[in-house]
Amino acid sequence: MFQNITLVIPLLPLLAFAIIVLFTRNNNRTSALVAILGILASMAISYGVFTEALSEGHELAQHPFYGAPIVWAPFGNSTIEFGWFIDPIGAVMLFMVPTVCLMIFIYSVGYMRHTHVDEHGHHHSQDDPRYARFFAYISLFASMMLLVVVSSNLLEFFIGWEVMGFCSYALIGFWSFRGRQERHIDEAQVGRARAASIKAFLTTRVGDILLMSGMILLFITAGTLDFTKMFDPTTLNEMLLGESPLLGWTWPTLIALLIFGGTIGKSAQFPLHVWLPDAMEGPTPVSALIHAATMVSAGIFLVIRMFPLFVFASATGGQAMEVVAIVGAFTAIFAATMGLAQNDIKRVLAYSTISQLGYMLAALGIGAFVAGSFHLITHAFFKALLFLAAGSVLHAVGTNDMFKMGGLWRKMPITFITFLIGALSLMGIPPFAGFWSKDEILLEALREGFFHEGVPLTLVQFVYICLAAAAFLTALYTGRQIFLTFFGKPRDEHAYAHAHESPAWMWAPLAVLAVFTTFLGLWNTPFLPEFFRFVGEGGLLGLAEAFAHTEFDVLAQVSMVASVGIGLSGFLTAWAIYGFRPVAAGQPDPLARLGILWRALVNKYWLDELYGYKINLDGTAQPGLLIRFFGALSRAAYWFDRTIVDGLVNLGGWIGRALASLWGAFDTYVVDGIVNATGSTTGEMAGWWRKIQTGNVQNYALIAAAGAMAVAILFLLRSFT
Amino acid sequence: MILQIPLVYYLILAAALFCIGLFGALSRRNAIAVLMGIELMLNAVNINLVAFWRYGSPDPIADQAGVVFALFVITLAAAEAAVGLALVIAIYRSRDTVNVEEIDLLKW
Amino acid sequence: MELTAIIAQLVFFVVAVLTLAAAFLTVLVRNVFHAALALVGTFFGVAAIYLMLEAEFLAIVQVLIYIGAIAVLILFAVMLTRGMMQSQESGTNKQWAWAALAIAVLFLGLFILILQVPWVHSGTAVYTDTTPYLGTELLTTYLLPFEVVSVLLLAALIGAFIIARE
Repeated sequence: MFQNITLVIPLLPLLAFAIIVLFTRNNNRTSALVAILGILASMAISYGVFTEALSEGHELAQHPFYGAPIVWAPFGNSTIEFGWFIDPIGAVMLFMVPTVCLMIFIYSVGYMRHTHVDEHGHHHSQDDPRYARFFAYISLFASMMLLVVVSSNLLEFFIGWEVMGFCSYALIGFWSFRGRQERHIDEAQVGRARAASIKAFLTTRVGDILLMSGMILLFITAGTLDFTKMFDPTTLNEMLLGESPLLGWTWPTLIALLIFGGTIGKSAQFPLHVWLPDAMEGPTPVSALIHAATMVSAGIFLVIRMFPLFVFASATGGQAMEVVAIVGAFTAIFAATMGLAQNDIKRVLAYSTISQLGYMLAALGIGAFVAGSFHLITHAFFKALLFLAAGSVLHAVGTNDMFKMGGLWRKMPITFITFLIGALSLMGIPPFAGFWSKDEILLEALREGFFHEGVPLTLVQFVYICLAAAAFLTALYTGRQIFLTFFGKPRDEHAYAHAHESPAWMWAPLAVLAVFTTFLGLWNTPFLPEFFRFVGEGGLLGLAEAFAHTEFDVLAQVSMVASVGIGLSGFLTAWAIYGFRPVAAGQPDPLARLGILWRALVNKYWLDELYGYKINLDGTAQPGLLIRFFGALSRAAYWFDRTIVDGLVNLGGWIGRALASLWGAFDTYVVDGIVNATGSTTGEMAGWWRKIQTGNVQNYALIAAAGAMAVAILFLLRSFT
Repeated sequence: MILQIPLVYYLILAAALFCIGLFGALSRRNAIAVLMGIELMLNAVNINLVAFWRYGSPDPIADQAGVVFALFVITLAAAEAAVGLALVIAIYRSRDTVNVEEIDLLKW
Repeated sequence: MELTAIIAQLVFFVVAVLTLAAAFLTVLVRNVFHAALALVGTFFGVAAIYLMLEAEFLAIVQVLIYIGAIAVLILFAVMLTRGMMQSQESGTNKQWAWAALAIAVLFLGLFILILQVPWVHSGTAVYTDTTPYLGTELLTTYLLPFEVVSVLLLAALIGAFIIARE
């Protein structure tokens, strides 16, 4: 019953967006209410669909909820329709996305109200000047994320994807200008927000162009973009005919990799990860919503949706899956190292997000579809929780810098506990959700890499080592974050004094998300793999066989112990460095003794300087070398265009103009002269001849008589001669 | 008795009368006088018509063409006089003159 | 030449001279009213000429229509426009001399022309009452022109009425 109104799910937040923009934008409370009602209603339908999907069980994978009632763009013998497509993982997304969105919406009600202390020590609370706009944007964002989840074809998917890109741009740059009365941000922040929004938009654009190219090629080769049709074996096999123009790859490989390019941009994978840390300039709910829980997971979801294509490409000799695995594994460890050296509480989380997204891709790349998908879901919950808790912290202390915090657990216990739950989940400590999903990924990698029947797979071994190391680093930087933020002595007395527990609007969503984070993992434990039974047992449309079920055997138990051990050792290392002897005020980071390596981490391996866009703390920004090189190149091209090309064009124009003026003179003096002479001669003669028109009738009659006289004379003359 | 007067006499009389009428039509200032000149010319023509009928027709009794023609001319003259004089009066009303020289609306 | 012919020609000359004299008066006198009276005289003269041409019905019509209707009409018009032409400088316009010259030449031409042509007299001189024949002709041979002329008269009547209306 609910499945037939699936398309209403994205429409409701869109409606909320329209209502806020058109009608309630001047009323902050009403706008927030409209946004929350919109997502709530949408969530109700989503849960309905989710429940129906659950009752279908794994049968849903081969017989998904599908409808494409709106014929949108007919092209010759194929059409693109607007419709819905819900398979098991889509149904789970439909459960995750509205839930997280609702929590973040509620949280935003409190977060977007800023408190400042005036010179007399009084506290003043004030709504953000663009409060209503904020809710409009996040409603639009939620709508488009839901569209991505329910869409029945890749183009519909792409619409949601691109509008989300715009929302991301608008929300990262939400504080990119500042009214006179706005005290919660300073000029440097405004500059950073401005630069960061542009950076995010342009960086993701690189990936989007790749995705779009892949989509176009897919439409050309497969003839359809519909998820139910394009993975048809005959369609896929037809795509194998003919070689793609690039490196001799098959068409499926090329298309899969181009589509994966979209994922690299959207999910901030190496080398397009540079935008995500800077995106933390947006308001924290945005960071939680877009840059942790949903939008970046749209990139992963894209790979999930196109998974049969990747599998097919790899099965037919391409390297699509392998590329996904390598990029994911490398990004996982690479981002984790950078997360180690960040002082900004949100940036640490940003790097952990990149790292965790790498985890998911690595899992998908080695074929651990269910584990990757499950990590996507759990990660969304605990990362949203972490972000919101971090937002709660910085809302209280008014700074992002962890070196100005410390000892906060006494001041804000609820935030502390919820943050701790999220952090433990991220570290992979049981029984929290992250443990179950992460452990499964590690187990799959271990099993495939080292205990594979036959030849051991070097690639998967590499993946396992990367992921294990990343797990250690994750625990390390998360522990560092906890110790720096909540333990030790306050390093900034003023900020500490200012700190307070956040209002219920903010901690209530934290509590809800903490509950999910604690218990969600039980959905897919190795001894009770309910999630697997739902998502994995039916395979995927286009992949008829079920994914391999992981036995809870000795290897699994060893892996479980190992991953707990890795997490705990990372956490203990963090305690040894930051917890045992807390960092005092003004003291540098203990790890700074690593020297050049530390500087590399702090400076993010100088990638921003190389090809990114370096945004400084003071709000200024410098383009990287690559950008400068292209800037110089385009300036040279501009110079060439202006001087040489335009010169030639202008010369041509000048010659044309000279000729034209010559012809113009001929026309003016010769042609017009003749015409005017004719006219004026006629006029002149008419001036003479009109004199005979006296108007006097007798005059005319006299002339007639004279004529008669003349006739008479002529007659006489003739008769006489 | 009639044929004892030569036809030429009538013709010359008619020609003289016509010329006098024409002179009146061409030289009088008063529009009514111009009309009178025209009447004289019409009479001259009538004399010609009747004279040619009387002298030229083989059977002037049975063939009354000349008289009929003259009758028609008289009728037309009457009509012409009526319309012409009506015009004169209308012009007199609107322009306060019957001087033909002043009636030159179609002047260049 | 026999006596009757001499008498006839004499009568003709008298009538002709009177007619032409009246005609000259008509076009020459300054007073339009007098000119109209002279015009009546001319009409009488022409009626006499008709009698001499044995067209007695036409002579009666001439008297009735020209003198009884047209001349009276003219006199009325003269009186309606009176006051305009009273003590004016001249009855003739500026081109009268040119007109006289042209007409004199024209008359000369006509005169010579008339004298040059060898006119043939073929008509009989039997006097009878021609009026019944005229009526027959009008209602048989000339029926269509007769009707057309009556329509023309009606049109002229209405037209004159409309033009002269206030």
